[in-house]
Amino acid sequence: MTQTLGNIQPAIPEIFLAVAAMALLMIGVFKGDKGTGAVSALCVLALLLAGAGVVVFTPVGVKTTVFGGLFVTDAFSVFIKLLVLAGSALAIVMSVGFNQRERIARFEFPVLIVLATLGMMMMVSANDLMSLYVGLELQSLSLYVVAAFHRDSVRSSEAGLKYFVLGALSSGMLLYGASMVYGFVGTTNFTEIAKIFGAVDHAPPSVGLVVGIVFVAAGLSFKIAAFPFHMWTPDVYEGAPTPVTAFFAAAPKFAAMALFLRVLIGPFGDLADSWKQIIWFLAFGSMLLGSFAAIAQTNIKRLLAYSSIGHIGYALVGLAAGTVDGLRGVLIYMTIYLVMVVGTFCVVLSMRRGNRMLEEIDDLRGLSRTNPMMAAVLAIMMFSMAGIPPLAGFFGKLYVFLAAIESGLYVLAIVGVLTSVVGAYYYIRIVKVMYFDEAGAPFDKPVGGAMVAIQAGTGLLTLFFFAFPGPLLAASENAIQALING
Amino acid sequence: MSFPILFLLWFLPLVGALFLIFVRGNEAEVARNARNFTLFTSLVVFALSLFLWFNFDESVAGFQFREQVGWFDLPGGYTLTYHVGVDGISIFFVLLATLLTPICILASWRAIQDRVREYMIAFLVLETFMIGTFCALDLVTFYIFFEGVLIPMFLIIGVWGGKRRVYSAFKFFLYTLTGSVLMLLAIFAIYYATVASGQFGKGSGTTDIPTIIEFAKTHGFDPEFQRWVWLAFFASFAIKVPMWPVHTWLPDAHVEAPTAGSVILAGVLLKMGGYGFLRFSLPMFPDASEFFTPLVYSLSVVAVIYTSLVALAQEDMKKLIAYSSVAHMGFVTIGIFTATVQGVQGAIFQMLSHGVVSAALFLLVGVIYDREHSREIDHYGGLVNRMPVYAGVFMLFMLASVGLPGTSGFVGEFLVLVGAFKANTWVAAFAATGLILGAAYMLYLYRRVIFGKLDKPHLQDILDLSMREKLVFAPLIILVLWMGIYPSSFLKPIDKSVANLVANYQAAISKQTAKKTALKLAAPSISSSAK
Repeated sequence: MTQTLGNIQPAIPEIFLAVAAMALLMIGVFKGDKGTGAVSALCVLALLLAGAGVVVFTPVGVKTTVFGGLFVTDAFSVFIKLLVLAGSALAIVMSVGFNQRERIARFEFPVLIVLATLGMMMMVSANDLMSLYVGLELQSLSLYVVAAFHRDSVRSSEAGLKYFVLGALSSGMLLYGASMVYGFVGTTNFTEIAKIFGAVDHAPPSVGLVVGIVFVAAGLSFKIAAFPFHMWTPDVYEGAPTPVTAFFAAAPKFAAMALFLRVLIGPFGDLADSWKQIIWFLAFGSMLLGSFAAIAQTNIKRLLAYSSIGHIGYALVGLAAGTVDGLRGVLIYMTIYLVMVVGTFCVVLSMRRGNRMLEEIDDLRGLSRTNPMMAAVLAIMMFSMAGIPPLAGFFGKLYVFLAAIESGLYVLAIVGVLTSVVGAYYYIRIVKVMYFDEAGAPFDKPVGGAMVAIQAGTGLLTLFFFAFPGPLLAASENAIQALING
Repeated sequence: MSFPILFLLWFLPLVGALFLIFVRGNEAEVARNARNFTLFTSLVVFALSLFLWFNFDESVAGFQFREQVGWFDLPGGYTLTYHVGVDGISIFFVLLATLLTPICILASWRAIQDRVREYMIAFLVLETFMIGTFCALDLVTFYIFFEGVLIPMFLIIGVWGGKRRVYSAFKFFLYTLTGSVLMLLAIFAIYYATVASGQFGKGSGTTDIPTIIEFAKTHGFDPEFQRWVWLAFFASFAIKVPMWPVHTWLPDAHVEAPTAGSVILAGVLLKMGGYGFLRFSLPMFPDASEFFTPLVYSLSVVAVIYTSLVALAQEDMKKLIAYSSVAHMGFVTIGIFTATVQGVQGAIFQMLSHGVVSAALFLLVGVIYDREHSREIDHYGGLVNRMPVYAGVFMLFMLASVGLPGTSGFVGEFLVLVGAFKANTWVAAFAATGLILGAAYMLYLYRRVIFGKLDKPHLQDILDLSMREKLVFAPLIILVLWMGIYPSSFLKPIDKSVANLVANYQAAISKQTAKKTALKLAAPSISSSAK
């Protein structure tokens, strides 16, 4: 393990992204809102370059820490970062047309997303409770602002405020938990903590430490919107401008989940018996709430909010199992979910009539006649989210529930599959609206080449995942091995 | 590796479906091309499946035409394989699926005018999944095909169905899904049970069906474990068959589905349940199967008698046939769980016969529905006066459904009753009562629809079967008579596999009984030595 401050090579992508964000901010200020298009394009470019940087500059196959052990890179962080960067880049691409039509196209938007992405990359590479907190806050503060980005809209402002107040509360809990951990262990560094509890004859964890872990877990549960810390999700999803919601649902969830894995497996991996019950409860509640609460929704963004709570519940089943296979299941599940959610929101973003944004499920009436391709993509996503084989979503469920059975979590597994049937009800209801109901007025056309490409791409990925599951399985295996064995 | 015929069999329809997506032109052209192309594709697939039949080796009990390719890794390092093959139990189900698909396409020729291309795509995808289900020799592969059926069928019922199509489609989808997800967990449990057995390399297990069957034969799963897993499989298959009391989705789905949808539903999808019992429950969990046999008998007897009575009271023709399906499938489950050669053979034969006969009956209803747009029995009467050919065809299939000797229905029911009589006289007695009730509702239906005076004014100019419709029924008529008069052509290929299945089952049961008696004998000696 190299531990020098001088070697900053693994952190070059993050440094580059930070510099790029500031430079783009300046370009934006000088150009004004006219330059939004150019700034957006440059932001996407910066994210792609950062992605390339992650591949090039991360030492292969070894865990490397820099900045005195605050920052770590390994196969796990590479895996997460690449997907987070892809998710963010797609979110910017999807937002451009929408923001222009809604007249909220300001250059800050893509820059804020880049900053949030930087925060996520920091989170993923955090190897210390302090750097974790800093990364998380950078991401969260950027997200609060973009949630309220449509500043003339009451709903958007409300969403931003709500998100901020509750988010600040959760950050406080996290910080409190971190200080408890520090108080009872004596260090905030993940490697050090792991060493203490990795010792064969370590003392049983004190109550104070367990309370600290609970608080950290609660703070992180808020970020992934797991029950019972989910309350903000429906309102924020509904209130925020749709491109923002699309962004929220994909990359930040993914990064926060990765952070969750990093924290629980890294420093507290040997205390699994202390936190497994918490995760069990989170998963159980999220699956139940996600499936039942979504039934009554009529707004598609709200529905997707509840659905996301449910999906987080399924992913957490893998974490509750706590085995290598379970953790790998979490990564597979979240990756597939990322693809599905991007595709779904890409369709939702294309729901416009008379140049007005539509959000009701009922507005999708008869879409299969007016826009067959869009309807097919959304139908694929819905069946996939319901977990019907041979679509990708099934494989995500396959791996987490395999892990649950392996670890003997029968109750969780049975509740999980039964709630997935309940969930199937509202997913196929959307298919029903699109395919069985009489056609309404068609949506505005054209939806834009980039949108069609994203829809087609995610649709094909979801549809044909079964034929080529190898790369994802191998990459996730690799990532988890790096996380566990370091 | 030899010629991958099974791969082609399930893959060709999929290629056809993909091809259909790219058909261009105005609506009429697309519809015409889609019909022709789909019919062509399904006929090619049927021809391939005939080739499969001719090359099938009757003297082999195991799987033939096997194809096995590594697919993806499961935890523990086991590489899940795409593994397919057919044996005597599955070959005719494959043929049933490939036969009924072109017939369905022909039957929908005029009936489906809206979104023809999408309809044909759905049917081809459905055919892929059906064939795959019967060929799959890996638990996960099987599950993927088995469950994938839901998507096209949901769309077929929901898009092209009748008035209450939405309700029926949802009911169908959610009922079947509920059963199958439990089966999925059971599949995982089997995997980890094989891991725990330590027979398949360190930390690794298997989901390969022949391997698991072999494992069940040589080692056997723990009886307690078997019961839980058996129940999970049962949940799935009982809903699919469907058995009383989880049959209620079937009448709804049958009534609202378009004619071809009902045909496939009754003809093939229901058989997946029966096939599942034969492929998984009996060979993998013999002890649990024996333990739960009384449960299956009871539910089946209730199904046979109760749903027959319900069928008597129906005013809707499709609903009546749907309830009769539940009753007939009750015979099938009795036959399977007698675990005698006759019973199991009879069950398979009955499934094949029911696949042909009920398909034909739904098609017959479809014929007059296309003309009159009513399924009410009272809407008709005296059809024999205007439609003599129709009346003749209807009579043949009605009698086949009742089980008249010389038709396919007789052979299956007879064998099942022979098997049941061996296993449990009372069950055989009750099941036989069902036969009488079956005759009652079918004859009653036939009298009300076909016979009598043709005094309803709207029926005065109803037309008899067209050339296309005759073409649809011709293969079914030939089959029903062939199966009835010379059943050996169908029983012979089945024979070896069934005998093998039953022998293994009985061996496992007697092993278990021996173990139990040994324990009982051993118990007092332990207690006495303790003293």
